[in-house]
Amino acid sequence: MLRRHFLQSLALSAGIMLPFSRHAFAIQVQEPGPTQKKLVVIMLRGAVDGLNVVAPVGDNNYQHLRPGIHLTRPGSESGALNLDGYFGMHPALADLQPLWNEKKLAFIHSSGSPDNTRSHFDAQDYMETATPGRKSTQDGWMNRLLAALPGEKFPTRSLAIGAVMPRILSGSAVATTLAAGAAGTRASLLDNPAIGNAFDKMYEGQASYAKQYQDARVAHKDIMSASMDKTEMQASNGAPLPSGFPGDASRLATLMKNDAKIQMAFIALGGWDTHVNQGAGTGKLASLLKPLGQGLATLSKQLGSLFNDTTIIVMSEFGRTARENGTGGTDHGHGNVMWVLGGQVAGGKVHGRWSGIDNSGLYEGRDLAITTDFRTVLASISEQHLRLTDAQLNRVFPNMPKPDGRLALFAA
Amino acid sequence: MKQSTSCMRTFIAAALSLALGASASSATFEASKPTPNPEKMALHVLNRIGYGPKPGDLQLVMNMGVEQYIQRQLHPESIPLPSALSNRLAALGTEESRVGDVLGQFIAARKDAKEEKKDNESKTMAQDPAQESAREIIGRIAENTAEARLARAIDSPRQLEEVMVDFWFNHFNVFANKGIDRALVSSYERDAIRPNVFGNFRTLLGATAKHPAMLYYLDNWMSTAQDYQPNRGKRFRTDLQKSKSPSGLNENYARELMELHTLGVDGGYTQKDVTELARMLTGWTFNQRELVRRNTQFTFNSGAHDAGRKIWLGREVTERGQREGEMALDVLAMHPATAHHLAYKLAQYFVSDNPPEALVNRLAQRYLDVRGEIRPVLESLLTSPEFLDEANVGVKFKTPYQFVLSASRASALPINNIRPLLGTLTQLGMPLYGSVTPDGYKNTEAAWLNPDALTRRIGFATALASGRLPVDKSQESSGQGMGKKQIEKQSDGMQRVRVDSQVLDAGALLKTLGDSISTRTRELVKGNPEKLQASLVLGSPDFMRQ
Repeated sequence: MLRRHFLQSLALSAGIMLPFSRHAFAIQVQEPGPTQKKLVVIMLRGAVDGLNVVAPVGDNNYQHLRPGIHLTRPGSESGALNLDGYFGMHPALADLQPLWNEKKLAFIHSSGSPDNTRSHFDAQDYMETATPGRKSTQDGWMNRLLAALPGEKFPTRSLAIGAVMPRILSGSAVATTLAAGAAGTRASLLDNPAIGNAFDKMYEGQASYAKQYQDARVAHKDIMSASMDKTEMQASNGAPLPSGFPGDASRLATLMKNDAKIQMAFIALGGWDTHVNQGAGTGKLASLLKPLGQGLATLSKQLGSLFNDTTIIVMSEFGRTARENGTGGTDHGHGNVMWVLGGQVAGGKVHGRWSGIDNSGLYEGRDLAITTDFRTVLASISEQHLRLTDAQLNRVFPNMPKPDGRLALFAA
Repeated sequence: MKQSTSCMRTFIAAALSLALGASASSATFEASKPTPNPEKMALHVLNRIGYGPKPGDLQLVMNMGVEQYIQRQLHPESIPLPSALSNRLAALGTEESRVGDVLGQFIAARKDAKEEKKDNESKTMAQDPAQESAREIIGRIAENTAEARLARAIDSPRQLEEVMVDFWFNHFNVFANKGIDRALVSSYERDAIRPNVFGNFRTLLGATAKHPAMLYYLDNWMSTAQDYQPNRGKRFRTDLQKSKSPSGLNENYARELMELHTLGVDGGYTQKDVTELARMLTGWTFNQRELVRRNTQFTFNSGAHDAGRKIWLGREVTERGQREGEMALDVLAMHPATAHHLAYKLAQYFVSDNPPEALVNRLAQRYLDVRGEIRPVLESLLTSPEFLDEANVGVKFKTPYQFVLSASRASALPINNIRPLLGTLTQLGMPLYGSVTPDGYKNTEAAWLNPDALTRRIGFATALASGRLPVDKSQESSGQGMGKKQIEKQSDGMQRVRVDSQVLDAGALLKTLGDSISTRTRELVKGNPEKLQASLVLGSPDFMRQ
């Protein structure tokens, strides 16, 4: 599929000169921006049940709170994968165990947004704007981060996989959306020179959409040329990757390797709102986590040496109730676990101060309490990985709580 | 999602402005405006309270007058449906079929498909033609529902009714691909939404609350008192037993009922109110077997109801069984925060992304004055100076749904095969019946405008206008279900299935669209080869908005 579209697009682009000659950067593909460090953010929309992702299996109260859905201890059938003797990782994430062992995967537990909303939509907005409690913020923190980073602003410098621009990448700096699945790297009718030229004229200088149109044309051209992957073409006779996230992760790795301009990417995955029958070591949550783990492992592997320059964050708007609800699931909660992966990450460790799951210590008597503000995690990564200065950090994460401690999330 | 932070404050402001001369200020407002261009205003109502003009519509509205057109649209029963549309809907079976029967078919087909899949996996059978048929049944249920919706939106002269069906469906969104909801969604739209779109909000709210599609989607059907023992006694508890989970509270529906359906997220309720409301609604359920056998869509299971005392929104609730939930819906429907929330959403949909606060406040007050009757609120909205203000003409960026429908209507092509439209909606991020989350889709420019979306719309417009989409081919001929690949293939316009009879005439299109296509665009279109002209009209910046 991919290969055929590619060849088509190559054939098309060989015959035409797209009218973007004034964009001289289009030919500077090999020249990276001032920092080569990459950032990939994966947002689990719907509130993943962090207490079953990194589960306190060593805590007696865990089983108590969740009689029907707790993960069993490491070693038992479909039991948790041992992390540090106290925490166990969900068995559906077995693909990530090598990364944990190589210390390239870390977790920050009892983390999240200080705002107490249990509305998915408000909480997601807060996590994307990084201004919890403040609804008037229009732009997202990844967009502000993009604006703060030195270097030229190419349309493909920041990609959101999906059909709509998420809040996190909305704002003044240019970013591009890329359709999920094979459609994202497929030729379009605008690649036909007669059609493309006619629409170029129609949108050139047009009051409302000229810039969006031009950004799309530049991005499409870059994506089409970067989506060629020799290894993928060779491997296309083998078993195709499962649909969904693993496929998108693989395509993203290809694009990032082939186009040095791509510095940030955002992918949102849904379906985590497990109010009913979420299962334990197997079941609904397991079947959601499985392709996530596969995709993250694929991305890490296929990035090759670029993984050393990459940090991947996995986050979700809030956690779920510490107690199992009446229908074999969990309701909207508060604290959660954040995941960080990367070649330089101080991994093999559960960071942050664990707030515990004693009944008396639960937030509002029902949820995991938060000891690490999610912005502390994001700011630590922006500072230690992307080398943002204090002034830049203040612009990206305004009104951080004081004192704004940092976590040592990277190997010295 | 952007709403004023304090509803009470807004309400006091609304009451004050009404008392102290809202009429005076709106009169000044009208006087200061020049008389609007009649063609522009005719196009405005065609675009905003419908899905854009079909050939002849512009003339029709100009002859009738904008005011008269709005009044007729507010009373759709006076507008006859064309017989071709009625016949098409009748043939789809979505008008008449009993929801229990559809669910029965669906469950049987799903079971067959599963078993056949198992057989195929164990390689005892090479390819069983029966599997195709089970899948086809499931596919047909979904496709018929979608076809009925799109056929009406494109061909019904009761355009505002279709807009309101989409508006309220979206407000009370259910996701069609969650389990059995695929079989229930057609009835949900037909029985719970459509009859009430101009009626009383409390009735609409109650109809959604008791429909199995909503009970299933937001899990209330399973929510019970904490100590409920489903193993005792009655037969209708079978479903709960099947789930093999301990019984107890599930607060999913109660939360969204207040956050999304009524008060709004800033409506002033607490987590405790969510839990208490969930307790009040325990026992509101349906029984799958009774639904299939007897078409019983709602059951109150008193055994599963939490009989304890509750404190909800500051009031004490004593044990009254099903009446507790009914009382909650009464209170929520007439709550000032609900009035404001609904007024804001309506004004945002029909007027502008950031609707004028004065208009929102007036509509909210009107809503309370008419005890939640939707038609008079809509009438106030559509006859307001804000709606008719020329400054608000053409300022809304079309949603993908509005874009695809308006292009189809303007094209006047017979859309016999809806798959290219469904595929385009999916690619543009707005699959029909496919909003996974209960908040539905947004309708703002900020939500839908991005570079890739713009060029994808142009791709669809170009393909449609140049005969590259197989919209005219009978879908029966393909003999396939609603396969994802099939839909993708039919909507990308890259197959070069040129049907020359379907290349649109740019002159006719421009006549249909009138003043909504600017002089600049018309000039640019003229300078291009004939075969490209129609594509350029539908892919133009002007056609992106309404």
